[in-house]
Amino acid sequence: MKKELVEKIKRNPDYIALVSKRSSFAIKLSISILVVYFAFILTIAFEPSLLGTPLSEGSVTTIGIPIGMVVIVFAFVLTGIYTKRANSEFDDLTNKIKKSIKGQ
Amino acid sequence: MNRIFLFLILSTIAIFASGAIEGEVQKQALNMSAIVMFVIFVGATLGITYWAAKRTKSAKDFYTAGGGITGFQNGMAIAGDYMSAASFLGISGLVYAKGYDGLIYSIGFLVGWPIILFMIAEPLRNLGKYTFADVASYRLRQGPIRTLAASGSIATVILYLIAQMVGSGKLIQLLFGLQYEVAVILVGVLMILYVTFGGMLATTWVQIIKAFLLLSGATFMAIAVMAHYDFSFGALFAHATELKGIAIMSPGGLVSDPISAISLAVALMFGTAGLPHILMRFFTVADAKEARKSVFYATGFIGYFYILTFIIGFGAIVMVFKNPQYLDMAKDAIEGGSPILGGNNMAAIHLSHAVGGDFFLGFISAVAFATILAVVSGLTLAGASAISHDLYASVFKKGNVDGIKEMQVSKIATVVLGVIAIIMGIMFEKQNIAFVVGLAFAIAASANFPILFLSMYWKKLTTRGAVIGGSLGLATAVILVILGPTVWIDLLGNTKAIFPYQYPALFSVTVAFLGIWFFSITDNSHEAALEREAFEAQYIRSQTGIGAEGASSH
Repeated sequence: MKKELVEKIKRNPDYIALVSKRSSFAIKLSISILVVYFAFILTIAFEPSLLGTPLSEGSVTTIGIPIGMVVIVFAFVLTGIYTKRANSEFDDLTNKIKKSIKGQ
Repeated sequence: MNRIFLFLILSTIAIFASGAIEGEVQKQALNMSAIVMFVIFVGATLGITYWAAKRTKSAKDFYTAGGGITGFQNGMAIAGDYMSAASFLGISGLVYAKGYDGLIYSIGFLVGWPIILFMIAEPLRNLGKYTFADVASYRLRQGPIRTLAASGSIATVILYLIAQMVGSGKLIQLLFGLQYEVAVILVGVLMILYVTFGGMLATTWVQIIKAFLLLSGATFMAIAVMAHYDFSFGALFAHATELKGIAIMSPGGLVSDPISAISLAVALMFGTAGLPHILMRFFTVADAKEARKSVFYATGFIGYFYILTFIIGFGAIVMVFKNPQYLDMAKDAIEGGSPILGGNNMAAIHLSHAVGGDFFLGFISAVAFATILAVVSGLTLAGASAISHDLYASVFKKGNVDGIKEMQVSKIATVVLGVIAIIMGIMFEKQNIAFVVGLAFAIAASANFPILFLSMYWKKLTTRGAVIGGSLGLATAVILVILGPTVWIDLLGNTKAIFPYQYPALFSVTVAFLGIWFFSITDNSHEAALEREAFEAQYIRSQTGIGAEGASSH
């Protein structure tokens, strides 16, 4: 990539918007999955009996089972949320940037 | 070319047939329906390989299937790459033995995927061509960075291959009544065929078909189990705890102390994001959009699969445990505890018989074999690419080599890796290989991932920092695994481990990041300044895809 092109894209408002929006979105989502997963794994390390609490009185099913399932579904839902926004909003911005450099 | 292909097919059939006869001679249980279904699978995949061979003309076709795989297909293929026989049989076996602990393990294997999507997938697709070393060496010095990245890739691939080969030999011995060596050679030869002739295109379709078969088979098993309990989890768990006790419903001893817990989490999360055969799959799609879709679908399939293995594990508790049909009587007489034939990892296989009879047992056995073939093919292709694209074309020939020559080297590398895998598989038959996959993940997390991640996001990274820090991470991972309990006590027979934790990743990843940071910021050379200057252009390409590799047209 030529130096002039780099300078030009760097100052492109769409590029600035794309980078800041995507970075903050990706960081927020990464932190969500890390917090959820480490909360889960550290509960197991420090307080394993907590996940062994029965779901209701007399039930053998523990709260750990739905919580584990929720972590799996949560991971999938996050990838869905990111993909949806990136494939529309972020890709639109990217296409605008590409058009602006082709236009000249 | 075609004549060689036919010859190899025929010799494979010959090996297979002779193995089957030997099996009978040894009076091992010969599973006919499994063999028929397996032959159908092999026939179909060899047909695909023949078709793919005709379309694999350039290096780009060979490494990336031409770059025209769709997001959905790639998601399925990634799932096919990731859901190994070890995770299907191992995790359902762990759930069968320990209940809840199996779920903890599978969650660890899943949570790396969102991180791959948010941080790795797009820049990887936008910057790379064939291997992740393309990205790591984008603005750094080709020679040292590619050598290190290729070493990390080859080490990961060979360790993973050993684990798969030994597992496959034992599994096939048990399922099909074939001799161990015959099984290992059969897997090796088929894998060499798929990869050398069909390249990434054949490998991708083998993985897609396998993922479909595995998900269908596992779905059927889970539904069959749940149907017994009117689709009530409460009833299933109630019955399971009657047989195995209430402890299976809560976390047990899998992760006992906080350090081990975090270290395992780090290894699984960052290790997944550093596996060369997984990273390579992102170059098979056309652009960043399809790369994102790939991860979305892959995460869905893998997550769904882990939920199924959890149900299957519990299903095995209620239908296989204490069922005299699957009881290993000889072992039970000595040790007690109602062990099942072939050990806990056979729980899912026995369950397939319990819910679907001989026919379905045959189907699941064939699927397990197909799973191994798909995973070893992906691994071998990744290892061969590191040898041909990174070491031969970029380091040795300094980029002055045409694609056809590079592809030939890749095919030779595939055959060599296949032979190494067969030899190692036979050598390690009687060894305890429990540490091998852990070591592969530790290396991927401590050497491959930090270099890749920082090359994408950290401007101040220099060649010196990446090489020294990455090597330190690699060395720390290997040394700590050797000094840790799995090798030092279980393998070498010492009484006390020098390094007390089973998973070294927390320490080795930290060493890698600190090393890279320190040796980068203290690098005042002229080259380092140029490398930092080149970051901006790289970052723009990684964010927008401007200048990135497109799909080939055909």
